[in-house]
Amino acid sequence: MNMRKYTPVFGLIAVIIIFQLVTTAIGREFYLTQLTMSAYYCLVILGLTVLMGYAGQISMGHAAFFAMGGYTTAVLTTCNLMNVKESLFVKLLGTSGLTIMEKNAYGAEILHLSPWISLFAAVFVTAAVAFLIGIPILKLKGHYLAMATLGFGIIVYRIVLGTRLFGEADGISDIPPFKIAGSLAVSGDPAFRVQNYYIAAFLVVAGVILLMNLIDSRVGRALRSIHGSEEAANAMGVNTARYKLFVFVLSAVFACIAGVFLTHFNGGIGPSEADVMKSVTYVAIVAVGGMANLWGALVMGMTLNYLSLRGYFGSFDEFVFGSILIFIMLFFPEGLLKMGNFRNLARGLARLKNKYSADKKEG
Amino acid sequence: MSFLEVRNMCRSFGGLRAVDGVSFAVVKNAIKAVIGPNGAGKTTLFNLIAGSLEPDSGEVRIDGKNIYNLPPYRIARNGISRTFQNIKLFSHLTVLENVMIGRHIRSRSGFIPAMLHLPRSRREERDIRERSMEILELMDIGDLADRDAMSLPFGKQRILEIARALATEPSLLLLDEPAAGLNLYETAQVSEMITGIRERGITVLVIEHDMSLVMNISDEIVVLSSGRKIAEGVPTEIQKNDEVIRVYLGEDDA
Repeated sequence: MNMRKYTPVFGLIAVIIIFQLVTTAIGREFYLTQLTMSAYYCLVILGLTVLMGYAGQISMGHAAFFAMGGYTTAVLTTCNLMNVKESLFVKLLGTSGLTIMEKNAYGAEILHLSPWISLFAAVFVTAAVAFLIGIPILKLKGHYLAMATLGFGIIVYRIVLGTRLFGEADGISDIPPFKIAGSLAVSGDPAFRVQNYYIAAFLVVAGVILLMNLIDSRVGRALRSIHGSEEAANAMGVNTARYKLFVFVLSAVFACIAGVFLTHFNGGIGPSEADVMKSVTYVAIVAVGGMANLWGALVMGMTLNYLSLRGYFGSFDEFVFGSILIFIMLFFPEGLLKMGNFRNLARGLARLKNKYSADKKEG
Repeated sequence: MSFLEVRNMCRSFGGLRAVDGVSFAVVKNAIKAVIGPNGAGKTTLFNLIAGSLEPDSGEVRIDGKNIYNLPPYRIARNGISRTFQNIKLFSHLTVLENVMIGRHIRSRSGFIPAMLHLPRSRREERDIRERSMEILELMDIGDLADRDAMSLPFGKQRILEIARALATEPSLLLLDEPAAGLNLYETAQVSEMITGIRERGITVLVIEHDMSLVMNISDEIVVLSSGRKIAEGVPTEIQKNDEVIRVYLGEDDA
């Protein structure tokens, strides 16, 4: 019985493998690069789906959490520790294997922190910020929460854009690969393309499984009850403030991890990742996916991000996502990938066909 | 020996004293009714006891324990459960899942065990499901378990709300107009249900407008008018109380 719940996960794994085999077979392995990037963006979207679709709390600032992950790892892994090489702390890190010595393009030796440290630092920083910001703003509901999270997103974007440490408008580049184990590394090097595709896919599958379990549990039910009626949830003994805060932090951490990995994959990060428009895009994709629908979010997240990254929307990218949001809210508030929609479509087509054949008979 | 003690409860909205120094007590395992004309402050009083509204002043004790001004979720953990006058079921959840939320305070798994689907949380989940199903069967709506809660007819929604409240295993149940909008047959069912709940050792405080229901089931009645308590006693006393007759039927000058 338990395994049946995971059947779609096996389907997902099969699709992931088929994609790789097909692209390799037809000599289009470079498609995997954008698929990898889309997969990381999907992690953000999955976390946001649980926050928005299940717990009913909107966040218009999730790009900020993604950027926090990306920038934290970018700063920590590019900062040269050569000057403080002899300090006790750095030495201690060195003997624990948590620093990396490399030569830069000019042959000078540089010493930087291992991405493992920056990953944990990023998760810690993001969780702490989400926690602190969440306490006051999650008291707000609906439009007010949307506005508060939007404001938070704008602040982070401006900080990123205006701070020397974060490279201002240029962002941070030359970020070293994230060596996970042995020859496994998160890196944009074409030689690592296939394994990076699988690293990203692994994170997505793991994320889906964790969130599926969460939704289908005591905690998940409590989150959904908050969406249904916060007052009643409270009266049933659910500490709604705490659950809202925890799910907010959880979704922020998902965005942060995506930010860390994608930054190492891309080898750089720029302020556009913190842009408010990014947050709107994430919200739009969660909406198209059907809000309370992990699979819908995943399918739409992969498709739309892939099309966007391959440049199919050209310079109309923001136009496309904005329009999607309006269109979905107007016509499919329950999302596009809902069985009812397909049924309606089928019914509509059947009606057209009947009408057509009736017309033909008369004619 | 009083189980629930409410002393000097006050709450104003702007200039309106919605609940004005109300005191009363409920004996363990009794059914007590709160009645009064519309706007008398009955639901406000309920919200103050259950913590969904902050009192201006007063005192509430359950089983000797002070629960004044605690947040609602902590009051629920002290064994008080409630239903709402305008039904507040969880939309997008099934009938069974609604009752399962009632088991929330009787279970513990947090975020991490839930995400990792640990054996402990799996076992707990099975218990929650079985226990909730039992409650649905008890309330005779077991066959509706997988229906969307909001798709139920009104009468069944009321029963489901009571089932959800019972799932928390309360020692005190607050029912806010459980028979409102129900037909005679359904009202009789609710009446039977409330006495059944008392037989399980639960103390019941009920707001109700249906006088025959109130007179039939309650051991004692509190009457509120304009935020004040105007009478308290057994049903036969209340029926004869001049003040109560006056607020219900109006002044007779003749």
